[in-house]
Formats: sequence, C-alpha cells, structure tokens
Amino acid sequence: MRVLAAMSGGVDSSVAVALLQERGHDVVGVTMRLWGGPSDTGCCSATEVADARRAAARLGVEHHVFDFSEEFDRHVVDPYVADHAAGRTPNPCVECNRHLKFDALVQRADVLGFDAVATGHHARIVTDADGRHLVARGVDVAKDQSYVLHPIVDSDLGRVLMPVGEMTKDRVRARAAALGLRTATKPDSQDVCFITRAEGRAAFLAERMALHPADIRDVDGRTLGRTDAVELVTIGQRRGLGLAGGADRRFVVDVDVAARTVTVGPPERLVGDGVALDQVRWAGGRPLAPGTEVAVQCSAHGEVRPATVDTAGAASATIRWRSPQRRVAPGQSVVLFGQTADGVEVVLGGGTSAPGDGDPSGLGELQQLPGS
Amino acid sequence: MIPADDTTLPRPVPDGPAVDLDRAATTPLRPEARAAMAPFLAGRYGNPSSAHALGRDAMRAVDEAREQLADLLGCAPSEIVFTSGGTEADVHAVTGGIPTRADRVVCSAVEHPAVLATVTALGGSTVAVHRDGRIDLDALAAELSSPGKVGLVSVMAANNEVGTLNDLAEVAAVVAVHAPGAVLHTDAVQAAAWLDLRRVATPAALVSVSAHKFGGPRGVGALVVRSGTPLRALLPGGGQELGRRSGTTHVAGIVGMAAALSALDRERDEVVRRVSRLRDRLESELSGVPGVVPTVVSSTPRLAGTAHLLIDDVDSEPLLFLLDDAGVRASAASACASGAAAASHVLAAIGADTAEEGRRRGALRLTLGHDATDGQVERAVEVIAATVERLRAPAPRLTPDREG
Repeated sequence: MRVLAAMSGGVDSSVAVALLQERGHDVVGVTMRLWGGPSDTGCCSATEVADARRAAARLGVEHHVFDFSEEFDRHVVDPYVADHAAGRTPNPCVECNRHLKFDALVQRADVLGFDAVATGHHARIVTDADGRHLVARGVDVAKDQSYVLHPIVDSDLGRVLMPVGEMTKDRVRARAAALGLRTATKPDSQDVCFITRAEGRAAFLAERMALHPADIRDVDGRTLGRTDAVELVTIGQRRGLGLAGGADRRFVVDVDVAARTVTVGPPERLVGDGVALDQVRWAGGRPLAPGTEVAVQCSAHGEVRPATVDTAGAASATIRWRSPQRRVAPGQSVVLFGQTADGVEVVLGGGTSAPGDGDPSGLGELQQLPGS
Repeated sequence: MIPADDTTLPRPVPDGPAVDLDRAATTPLRPEARAAMAPFLAGRYGNPSSAHALGRDAMRAVDEAREQLADLLGCAPSEIVFTSGGTEADVHAVTGGIPTRADRVVCSAVEHPAVLATVTALGGSTVAVHRDGRIDLDALAAELSSPGKVGLVSVMAANNEVGTLNDLAEVAAVVAVHAPGAVLHTDAVQAAAWLDLRRVATPAALVSVSAHKFGGPRGVGALVVRSGTPLRALLPGGGQELGRRSGTTHVAGIVGMAAALSALDRERDEVVRRVSRLRDRLESELSGVPGVVPTVVSSTPRLAGTAHLLIDDVDSEPLLFLLDDAGVRASAASACASGAAAASHVLAAIGADTAEEGRRRGALRLTLGHDATDGQVERAVEVIAATVERLRAPAPRLTPDREG
C-alpha cells in the first residue's frame, strides 16, 4: 500500500515508518505544522520538523511538511479557550487527534491518492465479529494512547495503521537505536504542545480571553478568599488558591463561572456516584445497552474505574460507578472500555463529562440537567 | 498497491522528465562560474588579507571580480560591498543606511521578508501597491509627506512572487520631491537575473543582489553603495570591504558571482526574448484550464521567467505535492524555511487573497530558467491541467481493506 505516515519527530512515529517499510509498504512521511506560536515540546516546532526529516532520511522515505495551522486554531486552540471560558477542563490532545490527524490528514491522504494513513500512537485497531473497526489499547499499557483516540469511531479507522501499538516502548526505543535513529533516546512529549512552560496556561489564556476574579467559599457559604481567575480553577484542585493553611484538607468541589464562585470542601465532597456525558461517540455508531458493564478512564493515564452504563442516547450517556468515585471535572474526556471475545480491551465509546456534574448528591439529579 | 476497484484514480499524468519551474528559488550553478571558482577551492586558497604571495593572488582575483561586477551593475568598484547573500545585503542596507536612528523607514507592502521584517523591527511603515503589484506612487507620496523625517525608502526592483517590476526612476522622483535627502534602497535580487541593472537600478543609492539567483553560488551577494551614501557597518571586526563588512573574504564565491553575471550579461537579450515568449505560452495555455487565471494581467511589466496563477477550488499544498510527485517543481508563493506553504503577504497586499468569500483558491508560482524549453512548457501544462482536474474531482476513498 501507499501509506502517508504522520511523523511528529518523536521516536514512536519514526519506528512506525520503519515497521511499515518492513511490511513492504511504500511510505511517505509528513509532519503536520499545527501551531505557529512558541512551543516547548510541540509536534510542530522547527526542531521537531528537523528531527522528523532526519529520521525520514535515515529510513529512506520522502518527508513533507503540511500546514494545518488554520485547522488547528479552529478545532483545538479556539475550543480550548472557549472551554476554559465556560468553566470546563478540556483535553486538547483528544480534539487534535479527532480533527487533525484523523480528519484533516486522512482527507488530505485521500486527495493525494494514498491508501492508508499511519501514526505512531500506542494503540491498536482491531476488527470485531461484526466487522467493526475498534480502537484497542496498545500492548504497552503504561504508554497506551487509546484514551486520546476515543472519538475516532467511524470507518476511517479501517484506513489507519498504528504499528507501534503492538510494541512496548522499550522495544520501540531498542528498534530505533538498532536503526540508528537519533530519536531513540528522545524523551516522550508531555503537556499541551501549544503552551510553553515559560509562559504557562494562565498567561496563554489571559491573552485570548477575559479572566474573572471570584470568591472562594466553603460549603457553608463562608467566604475564605479570592482568586484572580475563576476560569483557571478545576474541580479537585487543592493548591494555588492562596488559602491560609488549616488542619483540614480542602479541595475545590465546585466551580461556578457564571456566579464567579469557587467552593472548597473536604475530600468526601469530591466523591460522586456517577458521571453524565455529552458529545458521546459510540464505537461503530452503536450505543451500549443500559446495564452494560464497562471499565472507565477519565484522564490520559488515569486509573480505570468499574462502572455500569445507566442510560445511553445517540450522543449522551450516564454512567454509574460500582462504588463511589472522585468526580470528573466538566469537559474531561471519559472513555468506556470493554473486552472483545478474545480478551482485548477496546474503546466502546466516550464523551466529555457534562457541565453540572458538580452535585455530589448523586446521579438522580444529574439526569435532570439540561443537555445531559 | 492500488486497489483493483480503483479505476478512477490516480496517475492521470503519463510519466515524463522532471521540470524545474522554481528558478526564482534558486538556479543551477553556471559552468562559467564553476570553472572560475575551481582554482580558489583548490590551490589558490589564499586569504586576501594576507600580505604574502598567496594572499596577494587572492586579492587580485577579488579585485578583478569587483571590477567586472562594477561594470555589470553600473557602479564603481569601490561602491561594491560583498555580503553573504541577498538577506544580508537587504538587512545591511536598511539598518545601516538610515542616516539617523530617529529617521523613519518606509518600504512597499510586497517586499521580501528580509526587508519587510527589518523595516518592521525599526518601527517603519509600508506603502500600498496596485493590483498588479507596482507600488502606489500616490500612497508613497502621502506616506513620505506625513509627519516625521523619512531617512530611507526601500522599494524592490522586481517582486519575487508575482514578478512585477517597479520603475525606480519614478520612485526616485517621488522620493526627491516628498522626502529629499532620504536614501533609496532597492532589492534587486530577482531583477538581477533578467534585467540590466546598469539601466534600471541607477536611481537607487543602495542595491542588493544575490549570486545564486543568476547562476552563481549560494552564500554570496553584494550591496552597491553609491559614493556619498553613508553606510554603518553591520559586522564589526577585521575591517574588510573598506571597513563596511568585516569577515574573511569569500574569494571563490565572489569570483563565481562575477563570472555568472558576466556570462548572463552576454546572452541576456536573447534569453529574455526567448523565455518571455515561453512564459507567455505557459500562462496562456494554463489560462485555458477552467478556473485558472493569471494573478496579474499579462501586460504588466514583469520578470521574463515568472508566471503566477490563481486556481479556483484547489488548495496550493496538495497541488504542489502532486506536481512534485509528477516531476514538476513549483511553488505556491516564495520558498519558505519550514517547507510548508504559508499565506502570502504579497497576494494579500495586491488584493488577490486566496480565500475569497469562502471559496478556496490556490496560488501557483512557476518560474522558468534561462534554459527553459518548449518541451518543459508542454510537460508542465499537461501535468498541471491534469492535476487540477484530479484535485477538483470528488476525493476517492482510501481502500477500506486493512492489511497493515
């Protein structure tokens, strides 16, 4: 096949190209230029492009740079800012995968006459008994990226290759070293690529939206202090609020951007019975039946929580934890995993934690919230 | 592997020889330049600053090249400052040529980034251009007449994207009336490959050229500094180039640059006549493809080798990818460092934005070399027409069969 391989400049995508070549594919490498601003580790800084180009040259494949910066602004950066303005905690990497790598790039590959698109994600694509393509966890569970790929549920998956999903990261690095790739020992990328450590999230957002001060109150309504930017506060947060230290451990248990109020309380107030999801995409377009048992992941490398699907609509769902769990900040991706007949853990669906999931009193009330 | 059911697809274009239509980006080294340079990359390796025989030999070669270039550029040998290329010449001219730092700097809105970024960094202003790319002389007069003394005006001799020429005598006349005393700089980097700078660049006190755009080597250029024009040094140091540009003299590059321009000058009239006819043929045949129009009207005075087209319902990036795949090397705008196509400030300034009313419009720059042929034009037309048609067809779906 003629394969267009996304090359970020990291070790995984470099090795992915080598594996595809070994399988006899005709591979062309491409680095997506996504972010025009400053970046520490981003996939599109000049040094990352150079690393990708050098890896491609070492492997003997052509390398191109495609400019998708407009699409990145529109689908990733703008929603990231809008989510914060609305008091949500977004996952920009999920949006980038969904709209850039698995939409813009796949479309471009179509136009250019490629048969498939490849990436260096640690995830696999499997076909179930009904012939549906599903995202499965990578072999290296610690590096698994199926969480950030969860919205990729449609037929596009049939044309996507993720060869390093079959390997542990150690083996990927060993292969890179054996191939003489300079990226073999390169550290994994971390954090949001368009926000630099020097500038930070607060300054990035302050340039692009209005931040508002808010009162910090306890659960009984007593005012304890003030924060400069209610939009930067996340449920579960403990530090950085400038509250005088007390004996109690106090966490943010509610953020109300409209009312400009942050509520802090004891850790037990962070616990809930379930989570309501919106923007749900189901694997194969098929909602799970209520009562289905699922394993739920609520952050990129977070623990898995056993749960049951309570209700499932076309683009919404409610999930009930088997035992009470820490609440999920609105806007976070919540991904539901299940197992195939042969025991492979696959994405069955996922969405974002709906606004209003701040009420610790339980699921009954969540279901009445508009839009959930 | 191409799937069996995929009969609508690809390769609409039969194979053929590769065609380089990106000669505004760079040019192959002329044989005359290579021959002239060879001794200085071998035994005659002296540093012209050395007093001994090796150094004197190198100095003699540089002196001869300087005289040769002076004759070709229409200036005195002492008026030439050798640089590392066009960017250094431009940056040196603008930063070193303003009489005082308090003076204002003005340039056209379609300058090369070397000028534009320098002018911007100095807090300068830009002047609008007409739809054909020429500087708007009324706008220039207005800008020069606005408050604050103007110290330097920079207007390119020929634009690197659309190829449009400015009449520097007209520009100089406006400067003389509205900003007497201001220094006029011209970026003649693209112009030097096609125009006789003895005739067109003389109104400018500072003139930038770059060797690799006209068959010389990369890494060498020149700034003409007419006598009486003060110029601060950009690089302090050993005092080479009469103290105006320190750094060990690039002997082979300088000798190659002079040889290339000299060879070009001998055949210039014939080349310009032949290539402009080929360019007109290329542009008119491509204009026959529906939705393809020349960016500037073909009667615009412009470089003989430049054709620039706007193409409806096609994005530049995939177009360039597929042209490259078929062996046709082209560009969307000018060559940029990252390799990705970026929005063109030139097209925005002339009002030929590529995204108008939500409609996609690709830009395509085709720049012919001195060695262009009818065969190249025919091949390019065939490939471009077929590729545009393919990109407008509904995208085929990738094969759904997984065999990874």
